[in-house]
Amino acid sequence: MKLEELRFGTELLKRGFASMQKGGVIMDVVNADQAVIAEESGAVAVMALERVPADIRKAGGVARMADPGIILEIIDAVSIPVMGKVRIGHFVEAQVLESLGVDMIDESEVLTPADEQFHIDKKQFTVPFVCGARDLGEALRRIHEGAAMVRTKGEAGTGNVVEAVRHMRNIMGEIRGLQGRNDQEIIDRARDLEAPPDILLETVRMGRLPVVNFSAGGIATPSDAALMMQLGADGVFVGSGIFLSAEPERMARAIVEAVNHFEEPSVIASVSKGLGEAMKGLDVHTLREDEVLQYRGR
Amino acid sequence: MFTLSGKMRCSSIVGVKIGVLALQGDVSEHISAFSLALKATGRETGSEIIAVRKAAQLSDLDGLAIPGGESTTISRLIQKNGMYDPIISFDGGIFATCAGMVLLASCVDDPRIKTLALIDIDVQRNAFGRQRESFEADLEVAGLAGPFHAIFIRAPVVTRAAPGVEVLARIDSGIVAVAQGRHMALSFHPELGDDLRMHQKFIQKLEK
Repeated sequence: MKLEELRFGTELLKRGFASMQKGGVIMDVVNADQAVIAEESGAVAVMALERVPADIRKAGGVARMADPGIILEIIDAVSIPVMGKVRIGHFVEAQVLESLGVDMIDESEVLTPADEQFHIDKKQFTVPFVCGARDLGEALRRIHEGAAMVRTKGEAGTGNVVEAVRHMRNIMGEIRGLQGRNDQEIIDRARDLEAPPDILLETVRMGRLPVVNFSAGGIATPSDAALMMQLGADGVFVGSGIFLSAEPERMARAIVEAVNHFEEPSVIASVSKGLGEAMKGLDVHTLREDEVLQYRGR
Repeated sequence: MFTLSGKMRCSSIVGVKIGVLALQGDVSEHISAFSLALKATGRETGSEIIAVRKAAQLSDLDGLAIPGGESTTISRLIQKNGMYDPIISFDGGIFATCAGMVLLASCVDDPRIKTLALIDIDVQRNAFGRQRESFEADLEVAGLAGPFHAIFIRAPVVTRAAPGVEVLARIDSGIVAVAQGRHMALSFHPELGDDLRMHQKFIQKLEK
């Protein structure tokens, strides 16, 4: 087998990587110690950040890609995949993360957007991307740009699951509503959704998004995680919910178990016992419009 | 009309019951690959494929697939769900891909993973590197006519295979497919492509 006969960075490898994350919990971490706790608690991957979303909200100012030093420390500390966030449209931050060896890049509304018109042309990269979406049109636009995984945007850093629920119901409900329609009607709907018609046809045929679909943005308890799984998520991202809770290690293990047993209320009950306080949380309706992260990128 | 179930014979073809360990990873891909492989070889009748979440479901299976995913996570969930000993004493064949291969090995380069030691091999995790080093390649596989297009994702490699282990495929840096008894372990992911020959090879083993 000669090296030149190998193919790297194909669509199949990118989507395949995302498939390996299914049924798993991906946890935000800000240093190597947290990454080790996440791995030992059963996380399938970690998201390396400088601050968790709730602290990004507090800090204000422009939120950017994390310091490469932090990312490398985390890469060295764990054997599970390491993901990192870049600003929407900031393809140079993405090039930097790829060069560091990050396994998947999150083009994320949690950071301050760098481009208000264009998302990153993700097909130019060897590593796969995950992107946020609030509805089916947005999800399919991201897939068209090369995203190998979609996640609900939810409302990051609030510890309030309501927006993640809204976005997951939007996506799944729209797909269900299109079942049984003919191609002409589906293509017509693609215009309203501002979605690429071919990907919409594929989605309706499959009865689901053609890439792995996770939930993110406000998951703070084992029940929140199981709720998103029952609504159709393939897995969950937990941001501030773990390391801003009273007992991060127990919360991490409990959320992993709740995702594994998402249809067994008695298991969710037992892992939720005496977990201590979940993160404080924010009512989404009290946010000013410029504080709402999900409106970034569309 | 006869109703066929379980392992009853339908002309000369025997139905098989296959479970896919559904704790984490690409479970649905294995279920659809097995379902297509059974259909392609006319074994649908009397056959069944199920997602296995509990030890009790293992009892009447002919075969068990351990899918790709994160081996540290799956290992933890196998223990947490009381499935470690039941899988070791499972008397059917096991078909393991990627993380599954890591779990079937005797020894792996990560002390946090409690392997099942069902195939006498040593395995190195993430042997080719990180996701950017994941690749597709055409492999020569023992017993298959023509190359198999294999998908390697943060794949492991076999660094030692005991004398009783049959080596099915190699790549420069090591062994990437093995069989021992009715078990098969692959570094790559046949469930992600549309070539069903590895799944069919396993089904044939179950019938012997």
